[in-house]
Amino acid sequence: MERPILEVKHFHAWFGTHEVVKNVNLTLHRNEVVAVMGPSGCGKTTFLRCINRMHELTPEARTEGQILLEGEDIYRMSPIMLRLRVGMVFQRPNPFPHMTIYENVLAGYLLNNIKLSRSDKDAIVEDALRKAALWEEVKNNLKKKGTFLSGGQQQRLCIARAIAMKPDLLLLDEPTSALDPISTAGIEELLQELKKNYTLIIVTHNMQQAARVSDETAFFYMGELVEFAPTRQLFTAPKDQRTQNYITGRFS
Amino acid sequence: MHLNSIKHIRRRQLISASIRGIVLFFTVLTLLPLVYILIYIIKQGIGAINWSFFVQLPRPVGEAGGGIANALVGSVLIVCVATLMAVPIGISSALYLSEHPQGRLANVIRFCVEVLTGIPSIVVGIVAYDWLVKPMGSFSAFSGSVALAIMMLPIMIRSAEETLKRFPTHLREASLALGVPYYKTIMKVLLPCSLSGVLSGIILSVARIVGETAPLLFTAFGNPYLSFHIFHPMHSLPLLIYNYAISPYDSWHQLAWGAALVLLCWILLLNILTRMIIRKWSVRY
Ligand SMILES: Nc1ncnc2c1ncn2[C@@H]1O[C@H](COP(=O)(O)OP(=O)(O)OP(=O)(O)O)[C@@H](O)[C@H]1O
Ligand SMILES: [Mg+2]
Repeated sequence: MERPILEVKHFHAWFGTHEVVKNVNLTLHRNEVVAVMGPSGCGKTTFLRCINRMHELTPEARTEGQILLEGEDIYRMSPIMLRLRVGMVFQRPNPFPHMTIYENVLAGYLLNNIKLSRSDKDAIVEDALRKAALWEEVKNNLKKKGTFLSGGQQQRLCIARAIAMKPDLLLLDEPTSALDPISTAGIEELLQELKKNYTLIIVTHNMQQAARVSDETAFFYMGELVEFAPTRQLFTAPKDQRTQNYITGRFS
Repeated sequence: MHLNSIKHIRRRQLISASIRGIVLFFTVLTLLPLVYILIYIIKQGIGAINWSFFVQLPRPVGEAGGGIANALVGSVLIVCVATLMAVPIGISSALYLSEHPQGRLANVIRFCVEVLTGIPSIVVGIVAYDWLVKPMGSFSAFSGSVALAIMMLPIMIRSAEETLKRFPTHLREASLALGVPYYKTIMKVLLPCSLSGVLSGIILSVARIVGETAPLLFTAFGNPYLSFHIFHPMHSLPLLIYNYAISPYDSWHQLAWGAALVLLCWILLLNILTRMIIRKWSVRY
């Protein structure tokens, strides 16, 4: 069997003395889509931010255990290299306000001083925007500032910015929670497309969304990974009582 | 409606109107002298303005005509050198303050900035005299620039810090999550996004010191000839105004008024520039 792209082993994370992620174990293979679900405050965002080492930017933050990206311990890599390989899309769209749409897509290259020829740039921008299902809407306005777009378009721009770096793994933290239903549907369609080429971890509160887009679902409760199973199985025959309670809506 | 409550409303409207009247009165009262000064300077100064006023040197007493070329060049040079010195120090201090607002050094910087704001300009001039003019053995434009640079710092640091502090975390994280190192995030995201605020702070601090006379008295000192050498004495507009205004000659008074008008226009232009920069380049988060 092929080497897993991500292995999480006995992983813990703290804010000060507050243990937010507790002993998580999880294995993820290439081109899989994992949905991360759980009640508010259970540590989903924190867990996600550990995978690209954004967690450690918070003062007092601490971790224990191992995360392996293609067999390599991420806490032994430089965070810069790691973040080039593991992209992230945030809950709130955050295009760079001082850059045009074109520059925003290339931001990972431009800000890192990675030199590209004009034709390479054009190709990357078009490809990323097409994959993010934004190309048709913005192809005539590439020189406009990214912040002129609507919220849903901005979020797709952020997805384009992340996939322009051709990451091995893409982390999405509630990418549709700030959006209206139509933009949400657009992003979900896009996630279906992205599945073909990328490995995704998506935090979501929306069970239909999880059911629609993911192959496997991880259910977190109070920092613990309670259940990690193929999505269909987790929704139809959960093994743990807490998962059962959550999907039947007995607590939010 | 109840008669009593109508009366009550009437009373409130009356109070409201009278307060508005008082506010208006005092506004006009503050504006009046300002407008008067402006008109007066323009009226007195406009007569002195012509081509030779800008390109000629002052003539000896008794000869008509002459200009303020030496002071104009001197002022521009001294202010430019001062800006070049103050900007790196001011902006890096502001960066430090906004990045480490709680740090020990931050408190020291803040304290220094506050003290610096309160120091009279003449004292800054004396300090520059002591530090530079005495050891170097001569008055110099450079020492004047140092004095002005010190005076620019507080305004620059304060306004830049205000702008930099407003930079939102989600944009910083957007950059870091793309694998951009911290210092590049600062240079290529934080600073460009804050450009309009930082620039307008710089320009405002320039506008603040363009007209300073006291720090230049024992530093740049003044020079009747045109000089481009920043380690020699140099003339400047405020010095010229000061010297000519206290002289007994009418023709010199005339030049002083003209120079005052030039100074006024310069400051006005800087303020307009600031507004344009803010309007054009400001970034909404
Ligand atoms: N910067 C921080 N400093 C200290 N504690 C934090 C910080 N961020 C989050 N926490 C705490 O960590 C816990 C988990 O937060 P986290 O954001 O990971 O939850 P979440 O599952 O993403 O919740 P939500 O669904 O509301 O986004 C919470 O109890 C929260 O109070
Ligand atoms: Mg969250």
